Amino acid sequence: MHSAVSIKDLKISYGDHTVIEQMSLNIAPKEFLVLLGPSGCGKSTLLNAIAGLSDITDGEIWISGENVTWEEPKDRGIGMVFQSYALYPRMSVRKNLSFGLRVAGLPKPEIDSRVERAASLLHLEKLLDRRPAELSGGQRQRVAIGRALVREVDVFLFDEPLSNLDAKLRNELRVEIKKLHQQLGNTMIYVTHDQIEALTLADRIAIMRDGVIQQLGTPAEIYHRPANLFVAGFIGAPSMNFIQGSIERDGNKMLFKAGDLTLDMSGYAFATRPQACPVTLGVRPEHLSIRPEAGDTALHAAVSVLEPMGSDTVVWLTWKDTTLSLRVMGDLSLQPGDVIGIGLDLSKASLFASDGNRL
Amino acid sequence: MIHPRGPRPTQITVARIGLYAFLISAALFFAVPLYVMIVTSLKTMDEIRLGQIFALPLRLDFAAWQTAWAGACAGGECTGVRMGFLNSVKITVPAVVISVLIGAINGYALSFWRPKAGRLMFGLLMTGALVPYQIFLYPLVRAMAVMGFYNSLGGIILVHVLFGLPLVTLLFRNYFVTIPEELFKAARVDGAGFWRIFIEIMLPMALPMIVVASMFQFTGIWNDFLLGVVFAGRDNLPMTVQLNNIVNTTMGERNYNVNMAATILTAIIPLAIYFLSGRWFVRGIAAGAVKG
Repeated sequence: MHSAVSIKDLKISYGDHTVIEQMSLNIAPKEFLVLLGPSGCGKSTLLNAIAGLSDITDGEIWISGENVTWEEPKDRGIGMVFQSYALYPRMSVRKNLSFGLRVAGLPKPEIDSRVERAASLLHLEKLLDRRPAELSGGQRQRVAIGRALVREVDVFLFDEPLSNLDAKLRNELRVEIKKLHQQLGNTMIYVTHDQIEALTLADRIAIMRDGVIQQLGTPAEIYHRPANLFVAGFIGAPSMNFIQGSIERDGNKMLFKAGDLTLDMSGYAFATRPQACPVTLGVRPEHLSIRPEAGDTALHAAVSVLEPMGSDTVVWLTWKDTTLSLRVMGDLSLQPGDVIGIGLDLSKASLFASDGNRL
Repeated sequence: MIHPRGPRPTQITVARIGLYAFLISAALFFAVPLYVMIVTSLKTMDEIRLGQIFALPLRLDFAAWQTAWAGACAGGECTGVRMGFLNSVKITVPAVVISVLIGAINGYALSFWRPKAGRLMFGLLMTGALVPYQIFLYPLVRAMAVMGFYNSLGGIILVHVLFGLPLVTLLFRNYFVTIPEELFKAARVDGAGFWRIFIEIMLPMALPMIVVASMFQFTGIWNDFLLGVVFAGRDNLPMTVQLNNIVNTTMGERNYNVNMAATILTAIIPLAIYFLSGRWFVRGIAAGAVKG
């Protein structure tokens, strides 16, 4: 079984500026891969290179088992959806959908049936004779998705398709895109800087930074076992709590020490057995809990700010010089200034060495 | 005490009075000469000799207009500006169409396809626009003579197209760079090539700019005098040149009424175009400033 999309030793640079140094990536058929990263990390550049819309410096791009490195975008078997919708403003929705098919010279009945099919999939039947200017943002983006759909290709590329929409529409369309993927079973490559989109949509996420993939894995792997400090801090909202300290060995026990705080890390799955060294302990806000009993309390911290979010509340704590956040059920009565006992679920914690990589 | 409520009352301030005073005097500055020309053209020579240039004519007399159109003498010929009008149309229309079309293609290619030497070419074109075109006259005359274009209709059209290209290219380039590049990318994914994207997507979007560029070009070429004198040749002299010949021909007294009428006839076409397409013009000018 060959990959749907395969990138081999890809390098992209503009003059002296190297966007992507060397990247290899294989995407399986029917996979939903999300490229996630902060702006300027090279994710859109990578997508444009896969589409054939920007030049590459070195390497190969394979789509559906064919080397398309030198092919024109239209010959690569891809459809693409853009952030700004990029609908042709002087054409009706129907003309927008059929433009690519007309360019390809398909017979008219074939064009009509494909347009009808895409329109019914995306609930656009009643909008076919409107101009893009007469559509709402969500409708425009559905037309843009439809334009990729009618091409009946194996690979869909999405370049931040939901970023121009308001929060409510974004949630709706996100679900629609996921449904569409389940219905069609195409390979999809989706670029975003929104971690919620990445976590909800992806089969696998590739987190990028400065043109390098930091971690490639399922949303669960990325969330629960981040490969380094960058990934740990980028994914999750509020972001992971970090406590600076050191690892020390005490007989058979591995201990994490930060000032007067000592934690037994024996339950932690070390990748390699570490020597005594400075480390960063990472714990997600939902793995902190309020412990009224004295026995299993790891530390005491003062409440600084409360952020009620309806279903739950984020409690911001100050412990020594460190700010910690903690997620609790919504109906807790706390006041800023309260000092509370906190327990840590160390089985779900992460430890990072001083070079930032996971231990 | 007045309790503020509802819309703020309009107040006449010193600034507002100054603004209107300026606008009115600016309008008069352009309107008064036009008024004098129109009333003078409708007077008889006897009435003009009275020297009351602001007075309305005693009775409307269109004789001067007829003479100006078909009978005024320039040098030995007494054919009015009629021939010049026809020549100007024959020169202006093709020159406008060709220069706007090529300028649009240039602007489109420069903003979306980014040819390797594109920036250099654009820079050179703009430099060309800044050099006073009188400098080019002699070399261009020699070059046209060698190519056999000198003193021909094709020659004068070519010259106008060449001198118009920098401005038109600049207008279209600046318009097209405001169009999101994703639109171009989407068309490329859809399989459209250079001409297909230009004709089916970009040109329809550039309609306001086509209007603006056409009007700039039309006015410029219609009002041109120097290039017409130098390159058009005796048979193709544009209206402006003929007007000059009529006005500067002195046989006996100067027929001010005929001169005024001939001048208005020459200026009326660009004027009419501005009046008829003013709305489009403003839209096109503004279109460059805001995004899609």
